[in-house]
Amino acid sequence: MLKRRHSDAAVVHILIDGVAVEARAGESAAAAVLAHDGGATRTTPVSGAPRAPYCMMGVCFECLMEIDGVANRQGCMVRVAEGMSIRRQQGARALEREA
Amino acid sequence: MSAPKNDPEYDLAIIGAGPAGMAAAHEARNLGLMVCVIDEQDGPGGQIYRDVEHVAMKRAHDLDVLGPDYKYGFGLVDGLRATGVTHLKGHTVWQIEAAGTVWCSDGEKAKRIDARRILLATGAMERPVPVPGWTLPGVMTAGAAQILMKSAGMVPSGPIAICGSGPLLLLIADQLVRAGANIAVICETTTFGDYLRAAPKLPEAMRGFEYLLKGLAMRRRIKAAGVRIVGGISALRIDGSDRAEGVSFKSGGREYSVAASTVLLHQGVVPNTQASRQLRLDHLWHDTQHYWYPKTGAHGATALENIFIAGDGAGVFGARAAEASGRLSALKIALSLGRIKEADFDLKAPPWQTELKHHRAVRPLLDALFPPPAEILNPPGDETIVCRCEEITAGDIRKAARLGAPGPNQLKAFLRAGMGPCQGRMCGLTVTEILAAAHGKPPAEIGAYRIRPPMKPLSLAELADMDVTEGEAG
Amino acid sequence: MPQSTAPARSKETFDVAVIGGGMIGPAVSLGLLERGLKVCILDEGDDVLRVARGNFGLVWFQGKGFNMPRYVDWTRRSATLYPDFARELQEHTGVDIGHANPGGLELLLGDEEEAHRRHFIGQIYQQGGGKEYEVEFLDRKQVEDMLPGVKLGDEVTGASYSPVDGHVNPLFLLRAMHAHFQQAGGSYLPHHRVSAVNRNGAAYDVLTEAGTVSAAKVVIAAGHGLKQLGPPLGLDIPIRPQRGHILVTERTQPILPMPMSAFRQTAEGSIMLGVSAEEAGYDDGIDTQTVATIARRAARTIPALRNLNIVRSWAALRVLTPDKCPVYAQSRSHPGVYAIASHSGVTLAAVNAKVASNWIAGDPAPEEFDAFGLERFDAQKTA
Repeated sequence: MLKRRHSDAAVVHILIDGVAVEARAGESAAAAVLAHDGGATRTTPVSGAPRAPYCMMGVCFECLMEIDGVANRQGCMVRVAEGMSIRRQQGARALEREA
Repeated sequence: MSAPKNDPEYDLAIIGAGPAGMAAAHEARNLGLMVCVIDEQDGPGGQIYRDVEHVAMKRAHDLDVLGPDYKYGFGLVDGLRATGVTHLKGHTVWQIEAAGTVWCSDGEKAKRIDARRILLATGAMERPVPVPGWTLPGVMTAGAAQILMKSAGMVPSGPIAICGSGPLLLLIADQLVRAGANIAVICETTTFGDYLRAAPKLPEAMRGFEYLLKGLAMRRRIKAAGVRIVGGISALRIDGSDRAEGVSFKSGGREYSVAASTVLLHQGVVPNTQASRQLRLDHLWHDTQHYWYPKTGAHGATALENIFIAGDGAGVFGARAAEASGRLSALKIALSLGRIKEADFDLKAPPWQTELKHHRAVRPLLDALFPPPAEILNPPGDETIVCRCEEITAGDIRKAARLGAPGPNQLKAFLRAGMGPCQGRMCGLTVTEILAAAHGKPPAEIGAYRIRPPMKPLSLAELADMDVTEGEAG
Repeated sequence: MPQSTAPARSKETFDVAVIGGGMIGPAVSLGLLERGLKVCILDEGDDVLRVARGNFGLVWFQGKGFNMPRYVDWTRRSATLYPDFARELQEHTGVDIGHANPGGLELLLGDEEEAHRRHFIGQIYQQGGGKEYEVEFLDRKQVEDMLPGVKLGDEVTGASYSPVDGHVNPLFLLRAMHAHFQQAGGSYLPHHRVSAVNRNGAAYDVLTEAGTVSAAKVVIAAGHGLKQLGPPLGLDIPIRPQRGHILVTERTQPILPMPMSAFRQTAEGSIMLGVSAEEAGYDDGIDTQTVATIARRAARTIPALRNLNIVRSWAALRVLTPDKCPVYAQSRSHPGVYAIASHSGVTLAAVNAKVASNWIAGDPAPEEFDAFGLERFDAQKTA
């Protein structure tokens, strides 16, 4: 759904739903997931409807994702870091941190 | 209410590092105040100048696309850095106490900042655009596309539909054209009638004539690039089953369907009133632009002695006006603290007052030219989602209105609208409009959601571990 | 045919005017409508105190009625009537108020707390004169068995448990009662804040901000509004506001199978955390100290909750009598004017709808009511 205009930024190795992906320094987790494969970045806890980031500035809370085991983080507010593991938030979170 | 410290560490806590906040910090520091800037983003600039430092220093090619108005922000950031004020970046404010305490969090730890004065510079947000299909993946605000360009150098791949009205619509289209994106259509809700109604405002707007010239130039460039623009549209709908596949709309008696994998919506920008509401300040209703704004006196003073508001959070006038209002609030705050004398204020304020007036001049024209259409404010389709978080539709809300819900707070109690993570940021204005229409009352009488802390979510761990008594610096 | 919600035309007449559209007014009104009476509910606007919006949702039995065995009986009655009440509301309105009766726990941290609770519960039992009192004590292991998958904090020694305890979705309850009321022909009149009630012959004129309403009987179910409305009508009831805070987490997968006095997971998945009691006058704002206190205790009790984000908080002002027991009183100086005051509007909704309403309609008072009148406050004062 998104393409990077230039590829000269430093590569940052992350995992998206367990898949190894090359993101670029400075990108938010939300942007990295959208650039990897468009479409839904979470499903809602109310009805399971597919959602993706809407405002990219921390207001809409559509970009909720699990980042490094912590559920429901606003992906647009977190920049990618080497080794970061991002998972799409599927419905309501679990109580415990994922391993 | 926890007691404020008798000797707070800071004279001034500024919430927000956009143009108003940065300018205020610079001015206040120069007047000798101890200042702390608290901002959610991990770098200064707010949204309008988001990542400008990074882009200016490392991504010059993007700087060209984003244009000179964006580049201007680098100077403000530079000014902020030069002051050496405490800048708590990446800190989310979750509660403000009028006596002079700001509660924030860096994601791990809840912190308390005490200050003699607090300046809210939290800016604006995009007006929500509830049309059928607006919750589908691939639908974003025009501002979101801009942020992706600024912070990540990304543009949407595939055909883009840009829908709505307002100066930002043209700006983003212009920027995307220059970035080589594929724009399938720009559909504007602005009608010929809007142009007529706006014409009387033109003379006053000429004082800010550079804004008008810019607008015309952008439109020319977009057309020259062969982008299809359709005006006077209505009945906008986003098509697709689990992601956006296109838009449908009506114009001039015709029906259109255009394929698009990204849809950018924009219907103007509205003040972000979460903080001013949490403080229980009075708010007024803007009749032409249909938004709430906090009641402020001269230079951003409010009914609460220690609270000031500057920038778009007090009323939308744009980035340059925000900067001037930040300066003026800082001067007023310094005067109220006895750090400068009346004579100093009278010397320093007028140039900024002139700036403010100049940059505000074009606004009545823009407001008249780009009023949000009625069907966006009060979505006609009962199936259209209004509260995205809780998935409450316009029809649900109308039904609750018939049950007698007089306002948003009783509605919240009946339906859970406004109870999700966004705390009513996305649905508040629409709920007020729907209830106003249902009850035959003006929005000003209907009211808005009561906002209580935490203004943004924070973990139970942070709340459990925080020290409520001691103040902490960053 | 549902009545409109348009403002009362001058001097519209009702059999009963119920002042207050929270948990108590609508409940009582449902029962009155069933008796064939013409009823209106006079309510205020949107952003007012509205205790009914601040609700944990417990249908709670254990620990109630200290020094007042009648209140124990009344609470038990309501809990028993609740399933029928819930079913009827669903049948009439389609709204499932989510009532469940899985029993309830009050978790105890430490020996001192446990000893205090045992004594307290023991006293209530004794005051009941040997009647069965359905509260027992569980040790830590038994509590763990009741809450599978929930890792308790180290300090949890056990809990008091009652099979009578349950919970309900308080917002859906409110909505369902309002819907049923209007469908059954009741007049719901918001923006009709009442300033006074005056005698007019054998009936009463209720003066509101939107005109006057006439009624043979008046029920004051106005929460804190009773303080102003009551005294001129011979109903000077010593209620006071007591603030309570609730924290609400983000939606989470189901983890708490039963309600607890300080924890309740809703059907949507959010977990509500309480409980607090502050003397703060009429200030229903959030107090950071209290928030921290609730958070700390919750984290000590169920440490895994630390991971959850708090997305919302609210504070509401309980309508509290000196003995914490409800008031059901009829004015002696103004016959036909009643007052109901309680901070357990949710728990008592069923019995208010099905029993208390009959008393207002003219039936003899339920036997529990000999303890709920005003006279007890004089007795308490001189005691």
